[in-house]
Amino acid sequence: MTITEEPQTGNREVGRDRRRKEDQRLITGRTRWTDNMQLPGMLHLTMVRSPFAHARITNLDTTEAKAAPGVIAVLTGADVTDLQGSLPNAWPVTPEQKAPPHPAIAVDRVAFSGEIVAVVIARSAAAGRDAAELVDVDYEELDAVTDLKAAAADEVLAHPDLGTNESALWVFDSVEAGTGEDVEAAIRDADVLVEREFRQQRLIPSFMEPRSVVVDPTGEQFVLWSSTQVPHILRLMLALTLGVSESKIRVIAPDVGGGFGGKLQVTPEEVITFLAARHTGKPCKWNETRSESLLSAHHGRDQWQKLTLAARADGTVTGLKVHLTANMGAYLGLVTSGVPILGAFMFNAIYKFPAYRFECQNVFTNMTWTDAYRGAGRPEATFAIERMMDELATELGRDPLEVREQNWIKHEEFPFTTVAGLEYDSGNYEAATARAKELFGYAELRAEQARRRESGDRVQLGIGVSTFTEMCGLAPSRVLGALSYGAGGWEHASVRMLPSGKVEVITGSSAHGQGHETAWSQIVADELGVPFEDIEVLHGDTQISHKGLDTYGSRSLVVGGQAVIAASRKVVEKARPLAAHALEAHEDDLEFSAGRFTVKGAGEGQEGVALTDLALRVFAAHDLPDGTEPGLDADATYDPVNFSYPHGTHLCAMEIDTETGESTMRSYVCVDDVGHVVNPLIVDGQIHGGLVQGIAQALWEEAVYDDQGTLITGSFVDYTLPTSADTISFVTDRTVTPSTTNDLGAKGVGEAGTIASTPAVVNAVLDALRPLGVTDIVMPCTPERVWNAIQGAAHQPLTESAAPHFEESAPNQDTPETEGGTL
Amino acid sequence: MTKISMTVDGVNYQDEVEPRTLLVHYLREQLGKTGTVVGCDTSNCGACTVHLDGRSVKSCNVLAVQADGGEVTTIEGVADGETLSPVQEAFRDCHALQCGYCTPGMIMQATDLLRENPSPDEDYVRQHMEGNLCRCTGYHNIVRAVLQAADAGTGGEQA
Repeated sequence: MTITEEPQTGNREVGRDRRRKEDQRLITGRTRWTDNMQLPGMLHLTMVRSPFAHARITNLDTTEAKAAPGVIAVLTGADVTDLQGSLPNAWPVTPEQKAPPHPAIAVDRVAFSGEIVAVVIARSAAAGRDAAELVDVDYEELDAVTDLKAAAADEVLAHPDLGTNESALWVFDSVEAGTGEDVEAAIRDADVLVEREFRQQRLIPSFMEPRSVVVDPTGEQFVLWSSTQVPHILRLMLALTLGVSESKIRVIAPDVGGGFGGKLQVTPEEVITFLAARHTGKPCKWNETRSESLLSAHHGRDQWQKLTLAARADGTVTGLKVHLTANMGAYLGLVTSGVPILGAFMFNAIYKFPAYRFECQNVFTNMTWTDAYRGAGRPEATFAIERMMDELATELGRDPLEVREQNWIKHEEFPFTTVAGLEYDSGNYEAATARAKELFGYAELRAEQARRRESGDRVQLGIGVSTFTEMCGLAPSRVLGALSYGAGGWEHASVRMLPSGKVEVITGSSAHGQGHETAWSQIVADELGVPFEDIEVLHGDTQISHKGLDTYGSRSLVVGGQAVIAASRKVVEKARPLAAHALEAHEDDLEFSAGRFTVKGAGEGQEGVALTDLALRVFAAHDLPDGTEPGLDADATYDPVNFSYPHGTHLCAMEIDTETGESTMRSYVCVDDVGHVVNPLIVDGQIHGGLVQGIAQALWEEAVYDDQGTLITGSFVDYTLPTSADTISFVTDRTVTPSTTNDLGAKGVGEAGTIASTPAVVNAVLDALRPLGVTDIVMPCTPERVWNAIQGAAHQPLTESAAPHFEESAPNQDTPETEGGTL
Repeated sequence: MTKISMTVDGVNYQDEVEPRTLLVHYLREQLGKTGTVVGCDTSNCGACTVHLDGRSVKSCNVLAVQADGGEVTTIEGVADGETLSPVQEAFRDCHALQCGYCTPGMIMQATDLLRENPSPDEDYVRQHMEGNLCRCTGYHNIVRAVLQAADAGTGGEQA
């Protein structure tokens, strides 16, 4: 729930908790998911995938499959080797970066289990699946490397031709960058040195709508529908990968059922469906099964993190050194290589560290490739530093919030240039923390914790803290250029004034659940003074929205929304001379308010002229000033000048049953500062969903491979997404320090919950167990791992738990806890 | 092929299906009832939930031939013309959906839940919505919506 009332906004739309325009069709089933598409003569694709993590293809016989009922064609890597190009990596993080070619269909070697070796094109999905069983592939197994540290040791190679598993080493040093001091000196001179190694387990984004692609080659263009976050990027990359004219490709992202970074990709399946459609001259559809999705859609996270934090005896941090080993998996996808690098700027978080060094070693393994997953680099950084600040507080025997406050940037110190070289424009960590402590009942819970510790309660209470910030609004193009990213970070918008007074807004952002149709309507309603209901937001079709950079990285509102504002203001400026003409006044004497131009000083009651009336006059074009273009429509492309920096304080109370290892979340309070809010309903929703994804990393989710490189968690039976029964209701609130980098004063919210919550939960679990001697638990903190940590810790047994509690004859005593779930 | 007959959203259909055809595929592909969606292949996610003879079922876990002679309601048959059901209304009002992919299944399950227990508490709702996965909302607003629909007093489907 939200505790505070939203400020009164008068007649303004921005700030109102508007119910979403999107919902009517979604709650009545009138949806257009890609898999709903049925086109005349449509054929269906089934992928044949390698069961081996690393193998040479010695023979591939498609004879039987081709002869199966309803099979039109079977394509192999050999069939398309000259056509398929190499899937793109847009982010060569260093000039020396190594990467293998990335074919959509493997030609002679597979490098991960799940890699495509052939595609069956059939009359129906069922016929295709039957025939796929008949594709006969002979493999010669090769040594596979499926452990990140083993891969970094470079003994078994994921790609022998590369000669190494090391893709790139990326380094930031505050001395070299001129942003701070020498971290080695800080370490040498430290009173307190905290050295820790953390594991970021591998996660699977698990959007609810499986990926789906339809390509129709029967018109002048290839029309591609895809369940993608990035229709614009996909269009360009398909053209470049396949050598097809960009103007001959139209990409449509219809209703898209979630992404979380998992649909920020140019996939083998999109390329293959395109090739199949071209090959057959018929519309082709590929729709994945969930198991296929978990196996082959890109994964996220997967790092080892080594950190050294230097501090003075009084708790002042003097330096931080970070070394990451990041698992690329078998290939570099669209931004695989850059994801861990995004974390480089966030390890210093909200703190005033004087010295900082960051190294990231990107490493290949024979596993599904990794890429963006909600937060992308920033959750990893936030987890590590928030764990370290707790470790420092423990070393010093002090309250974790107090040690954080000693080191964080005070509200009067903004704007503040960090040791990573970013300029934080605004924030108030004191205010957010004070509010969170109040809502949480921090002092009372600490008192209860002390009582339970003292009495040796079987159920111990832990309090977890996470004070996070993140960089949102990806991204200033010049910064991306400096980081060798292959594109810019601007966004585009158009505003079209229709003669009937209605307004069409075209945005390059591509929503897949974020509610842009509603939020953009609110923004434009205020800018142009037209009713919310009269605004139509169009997106996700490159023929309608011809220019854009799509939706990810909490960028849509602060970059795309600002483009919408800029286009709206251009419309008003284009209308101004027409209004002057209509009102027989001088332009400089006009003011525009609530959708109407009036003459300054002409007094109350004057009618003036409405913008929507001018739209009709322009349409008729009967009486325009000489030389005036008959049109009010305007385009804008906005390139942000800086990131935005939302922050917040998250507090979590966990109860841990020290006998069973079961953990129960008792309360979770977060106070986020995301700047000004366009729609509080949508913002709260983003926070809730983000929290649960971050909590799931802490407690439940992990992509597990066996030592052969086979994904064990290949279905929703084994990859344990949280359910309603695993989760609780959250207490959310906001403080507001407006961003200074956009006209809305907004900061971005899409990833905040996920970034902040993981360390809050793990810190709470450890806080409960530290008196038992537990110092670390590798995520996810399942009951089994918690129980093992308690057993393994050198501790004095608690009175109660030391008592015999298993009777030989007792029923159900050996029922195992459900792996990964707390019920 | 096997001949089947069933009523779906008030319309009687008679078709021939392969015996292996799942109810959800029959609904989507033969009847065009694409409001009902498939989210997994292990009956975990509940996105395909419909009502069969008045009870919620995961339509990926029922063969079309098993529904022969039955009465099926999908998300497309829940509203009464332009009038939304109380559960649909509550989902919109509480912002209980973001991408909307799990929403048809959530609404069908919540409707059945409220028919079983018109006055549930939060814990009851959380336990009984467990078979439906959502990746966007963190369940917070879904739970609120079900409770709000219960407060509205008419959890069941429209006549």
